[in-house]
Amino acid sequence: MDMITVKINGIETQVEKGTTILDAAHAIGVEIPTLCYLKDINAIGACRICMVECTGARGLVPACVYPLEKDGTEVKTNTKKVQDARRTNLELVLSTHNQDCLACVRSGDCELQKLCRDYGVTKSDAFGSNRPEYEIDDSAPHMIRDNNKCILCRRCVAACAKTQGIGVIGANERGFDTHISCAFEAKLDDSPCVSCGQCIVVCPTGALSEKDDTNKVWEALADPSKHVVVQTAPSVRATLGECFGMPIGTNVEGKMVAALRRLGFAKVFDTDWAADLTIMEEATEFLHRVKEGGKLPLITSCSPGWVKYCETYHPEFIDNLSSCKSPQQMFGAMTKTYYAQKMGIDPKDIVCVAIMPCTAKKFEVGRPDQSAAGDGIPDVDIALTTRELGRMIDRAGLRFADLPDEKFDNIMGEASGAGHIFGATGGVMEAALRTAVETLTGERLEKLDFSDVRGTAGLKEATYEVAGLKVRVAVTSGLANAGALLDAINRGEKEYDFIEVMACPGGCVNGGGQPTQPASVRNYTDLRALRAKALYDEDAGMELRRSHDNTEIKAAYAEFLGEPGSEKAHHILHTTYAKREKKF
Amino acid sequence: MRKFSTVPFKGTPEQEAELRTWLQEHKNMRGVEMPALQKAQEIYGYLPIEVQRIVAAELDVPLEDLYGISTFYAQFSLCPKGDYRISVCLGTACYVKGSGKIFEALQEKLGIGAGECTADGKFSLDACRCIGACGLAPVMTVNDEVYGRLTGNELDEILAKY
Repeated sequence: MDMITVKINGIETQVEKGTTILDAAHAIGVEIPTLCYLKDINAIGACRICMVECTGARGLVPACVYPLEKDGTEVKTNTKKVQDARRTNLELVLSTHNQDCLACVRSGDCELQKLCRDYGVTKSDAFGSNRPEYEIDDSAPHMIRDNNKCILCRRCVAACAKTQGIGVIGANERGFDTHISCAFEAKLDDSPCVSCGQCIVVCPTGALSEKDDTNKVWEALADPSKHVVVQTAPSVRATLGECFGMPIGTNVEGKMVAALRRLGFAKVFDTDWAADLTIMEEATEFLHRVKEGGKLPLITSCSPGWVKYCETYHPEFIDNLSSCKSPQQMFGAMTKTYYAQKMGIDPKDIVCVAIMPCTAKKFEVGRPDQSAAGDGIPDVDIALTTRELGRMIDRAGLRFADLPDEKFDNIMGEASGAGHIFGATGGVMEAALRTAVETLTGERLEKLDFSDVRGTAGLKEATYEVAGLKVRVAVTSGLANAGALLDAINRGEKEYDFIEVMACPGGCVNGGGQPTQPASVRNYTDLRALRAKALYDEDAGMELRRSHDNTEIKAAYAEFLGEPGSEKAHHILHTTYAKREKKF
Repeated sequence: MRKFSTVPFKGTPEQEAELRTWLQEHKNMRGVEMPALQKAQEIYGYLPIEVQRIVAAELDVPLEDLYGISTFYAQFSLCPKGDYRISVCLGTACYVKGSGKIFEALQEKLGIGAGECTADGKFSLDACRCIGACGLAPVMTVNDEVYGRLTGNELDEILAKY
C-alpha cells in the first residue's frame, strides 16, 4: 500500500494514496459537511458544500471527490474562506428552494436546515427569488415528490439506479430547468417504480416523503364504531427508538407496545406472529414443491417491493414466487377472519393498521386478491411506516423513553425468535430452514443458527444435506443484487432450490420506511448490521425459536385453519401475481 | 415543463430495422447512449418515446437514462419537424431589424413554441443564427425558400402558400 503523510487542520496523519479528503478527515475525527455525497453510490461533487482549502489546488476543492495524492499536502477544512464559500453555496441552494420549513415533514431532521443553521445563513433570499414552481407528484400510493424542496443532490437517483438497479428517476432538462423526474415526465405511479422507498431514506430534505396516512389512523381511533387493531413488523422494534434519539440498534419492543396501547388501539398484536404463520405455510409449500416436482427454486414473497420488481422486470420468475401472502397481509387476513370470528366482531367494523419498515407495504394493501373476508374488505386497512408511528407518538405527547415495557396481546401476539429475525436479510431463510429441516428429519435440531445465511453481504449461498435431500439456498437483498442473481440463473450459471429476496439492502431493518439518518451517519455506520443485531440478539435469548413451536400458531391451525397448506389456509393466506407492463 | 408533441408517430418498419441493427452492433460500446440517440435522430428526425423505447430495450438501459440525455443536449429534439420547416434568423443583423418580433408572431400564428411542430405535422418552427443574407434582414426560411425584408404583415400570405 502506498502511504503518504498529509496534514489536516494542522494534524499530521498517514493515509493511503488516493484517499479522499473527506475520508482522511473523518478518520482523524474531523467531519466535513456534505449534501450530495453518499458513500459507494453518489460521489459526484455536485453540491459544493464540502469545499476545503488544499495546498497545490488553485481554488477550494470538493473534499468528497478530491484524492490526496502528494506527500506533505495540507488541508484546511474550517477557515473563514471555507465557511464563507459554504454559506454562499447554501444560499444558492436556497434560491431555488421553497423554504416551507414549518409545514415540512423533515423539519427538525432536514440536512439542509441543519447546515443553514450551522453556517449562519441569515438571508434566505440572498440571490433573490425566481423559483421554478413544480407540481407535487402524489400519484403513487406510497410516496410524494415535492421538487420545490429538491436540491438536485441526486442521492435518490443513485439509490434507485445503483442500489436497486431500477433507475426510474433521473435529472432531466438542464441548467435552471433541471429537475428530478421520470422519463417523459411520467407520474411516478405510471413508471415502473417498485415502491421500495430507498429514495426517501436517502433524501436530505423534504422533497421525498412517504404518503402520510396517520390522519386516517387518528380518525379510525376516534370512531367508536371501529375496532382498531395494530400489528408491528419484526424490524420496527429495532429502529423505532431512533425516532426518539436512542442509539441505532436499540430494541424497543416493550416500549413500542406500551406506546401503541396508549395511542388507543384495541389490541396490540405482532406481525412476527404472522411471520411464524408464513413459515408454516412457506415451509410446507417448499417441501410440497420438492416432493411433487413443483417449480423450483421457490422464491420468498414477503417483500412487496421485490414482488413488484419481479412482476415488472423479471416476469419469467412469477411462477417461482411463493404463493404465500406477506406476513402483513396474512396478519390482516387472519384479523378479519379468525380474530373477527373468535371475538364476534363483524370484519367490516375492524380496522387493521400495520406498522411497517416499508413504503411498498402501502402499495401492497391495495393489491388485488388481498381480501380474505370477502366483500371487498381489505386484509389490511392502513400501513404506516416506522417514521409515521414515531410522529404519532410525538403528537400524542408520550415520553417514549419513560414508557414501561409491555407485552403484546393474545391471540396473535406470541412470536418465536424465528419470526423476529424476519426483519433482517437471511432471517426468513433461517426461520424456514429451522422448520423445514425439523419437519423433514422429524428430529429436533441441536444448533438452530444457520450462520451461512446471516450478515449483510448482497448474496449469501449455502447447501444443506437434510434427510438425504440436498437443499441449495441463496439469500439476496437490494434489487440490484437480486437482478444480478436472476440474470445468473437465466444464464444457467446458478441453480438453487430456495431463494430469499428482500428489496432493500440488508432487509427490512434498512427498509424505505425506516427512520432517516443523515449522510454523516449513513456514510460511516453500518445501519443494517447494527439494527439486525438487535433482532438476532432477541432470537438468541429466547426459548421459543421455532415457528412450529409457537402455541398461538398451533392454536390457529387447530381451531381454524386446519393443516398448513390446507384448502382453507390457501383461501385465506395465499395470493396470486401477474406480469406488469413497463410503460415508461 | 416541457410540452410533448401530439403529432402521431409515423415510424416505418424499415426505420425500426435500421435502428435495431445499429444498436445490436454497437450495444457493447462504452458510452453508447449518446451515439445511439444521434443515430436514432438521424433515422427518425426526432426522438419520441416510441423511438427511445426501442433504444432502451436494445441497450438494456432505463428509459429515463435516455430521456435525461435527450433533454440535456440541445442537439436532440423530442418534437418532429414539420413538412415545412420554418426557420427565423435571430442573428445580430436580423435581430436588430426586428426578427424577434417575427419569431414571436409566428409562434402565435402557429400556436407552437420554438422547436415545436403543429399538431397536423405541417409546420415546425425553429430559430437559427445568421444564414448569410444580412442584406435581406430580417430573414426567414421555409424549407429552402428564403423570405427577406420582412415586416410581419406578409406572414399570413407566406403561410398560406403551403
